[in-house]
Amino acid sequence: MKTNTSVLTQLKATLLVCGTLFLASCGGNSSESGGTGSDLTGSIQIDGSSTVFPITEAVAEEFRAEAPDVKVTVGVSGTGGGFKKFVRGEIDINNSSRSIKEEEAKQAQENNISYLELSVTYDGLTVVVHPENNWATSMTVEELKKIWEPAAQGKIKRWNQIRPEWPNEEIHLFGAGVESGTYDYFTEAVVGKSHASRGDYTASEDDNVLVQGVSTDKNGLGFFGYAYYLENKDKLKAITIDDQNDANGKGAIMPSVETVKNGTYAPLSRPLFIYVNSKAAARPEVVKFINFYLDNASELSSEVGYIPLPAEELQKQKQKFNDFVTGLKK
Amino acid sequence: MTNSTRNRIKDKAFQFFGIFCMLIGLVFLGALLVDIITRGLGRIDWDFLTSLPSRRASRSGILTAWAGTLWILLLTSLIAFPLGISAGVYLEEYTKKSKLSSFLEINIANLAGVPSIIYGLLGLEVFVRQMQMGASLLAGALTLSLLVLPIVIVTTREALKAVPPSVRQGSFALGATKWQTTWRQVLPASFGGILTGVILALSRAVGEAAPLIVVGALAYVPFVPSSPNDEFTVLPIQIFNWTSRPQAEFLVNAAAAIIMLLFITFLLNGVAVYLRNKQQKKIKW
Repeated sequence: MKTNTSVLTQLKATLLVCGTLFLASCGGNSSESGGTGSDLTGSIQIDGSSTVFPITEAVAEEFRAEAPDVKVTVGVSGTGGGFKKFVRGEIDINNSSRSIKEEEAKQAQENNISYLELSVTYDGLTVVVHPENNWATSMTVEELKKIWEPAAQGKIKRWNQIRPEWPNEEIHLFGAGVESGTYDYFTEAVVGKSHASRGDYTASEDDNVLVQGVSTDKNGLGFFGYAYYLENKDKLKAITIDDQNDANGKGAIMPSVETVKNGTYAPLSRPLFIYVNSKAAARPEVVKFINFYLDNASELSSEVGYIPLPAEELQKQKQKFNDFVTGLKK
Repeated sequence: MTNSTRNRIKDKAFQFFGIFCMLIGLVFLGALLVDIITRGLGRIDWDFLTSLPSRRASRSGILTAWAGTLWILLLTSLIAFPLGISAGVYLEEYTKKSKLSSFLEINIANLAGVPSIIYGLLGLEVFVRQMQMGASLLAGALTLSLLVLPIVIVTTREALKAVPPSVRQGSFALGATKWQTTWRQVLPASFGGILTGVILALSRAVGEAAPLIVVGALAYVPFVPSSPNDEFTVLPIQIFNWTSRPQAEFLVNAAAAIIMLLFITFLLNGVAVYLRNKQQKKIKW
């Protein structure tokens, strides 16, 4: 046998091929940079909610034109996963679809991490049914609670248990997975207690799975972000929601850009947040990035399917941030 | 009916059953491929391969994703293969049959069945936090190396077992040491089998998203990593991200990215088959 040398040659050849592919891949980035005047450098690490991801991605993309040498990266560990890193100081900014929880805030304190919450855009959690469902056009929050509360598990199974005039057919539920900020917000708003609901429903972190579920099941009922409803309007029917509080809009209200923006689509319209670590906020590139974020949040959030905050609200957030930054310097 | 006709009927029956079983797999694979290709093939062009991720589906590309995937593949190969093959050689050629060795054997086989996300959690704690590598390519590659090590070890051992003992005995008879025998006779003879295992392992690594997300691989990375310490994304994460977006155009992007991922896997398998065939022609006992 005389194969030993050729084995090595082949291994070398394989490595060489890999190496060449590699160098080819590295060549791409050099031509991109340069251009505009900003001489900021450094990197900004962002992680967290996949709901907030599209808008942060859009901002990061546009920010490249503003400060080409700042490397902004965005992950999607989920709101909770992001906070786990945020409270250890591993990331600069956390995308969040709910407010920070008490225990997360406590951990941050233990690790000497201070932070600022900024709301950047609105989302309207939309309750949807199949288009051929001709009975459920409107629901009260009370009725939603009856369906989703922990006590409903194994008991509330048919439409006519919610309203007697509705058909005696099974109700099939689709909703956000328990790890998501969306789930926490929905349970808080509907059941009255964050992170508490029945467990016997089809749960997915991927909203397209929920869209698929409800749009193919005549007895389906689900909830997810407004953008997913908007993109699938032909396959789904949204339900108007009545919070039985006339102070913020009389009667049942349909989710729309208007009703979410003016707060009448209560309680299911929610702000989406970014959390900024104070140490990061002391860095010029982060300050520039956040200001850029708030300046462009309005335009970019409508582009990716969210509902922009009113201009004066964004201005307030900007003020809040700049006060925070000045406070850090003292 | 005589015994032999009955047996012939049984034979035919099994043959059809076998064809049927094979078709089940093929039909699903075929349907998947047709669906993906009709949706995504038109989207693949030079811009798609060389653009950064973007909020606009039509401008979005997979440059950073496939560059990250290649980095991960290269680093994982460099880490996992020397370790895995050496461990396999040790277990097969050097250890004596004992309780300890069969205990090791069972555990390595079990490791191959551990869910990949567990490796992700392990990698996060050990590489990212304790060894302070951060969410880097190196941490990701080390995590995937752990994930594929059992596959490499087990297939290396199978390949070594397939080498006839007479080859080793002949070598020993001529006065060769164990190392000389292994390096000059056994390893070259089992090269094809080992390579198959190595490629299977790489194919597994290339499709993983879950453990890398846990380790801290990102979804939006606007630069091509230039060293093993850089942050990164990979194709499966980009695909996962795109499929969960509300706008339908992103699904087309996802299909196109899946085609590229399949292409990389086929390329790897093709290289392996080629090298193995070349090698087998040379071996004559």
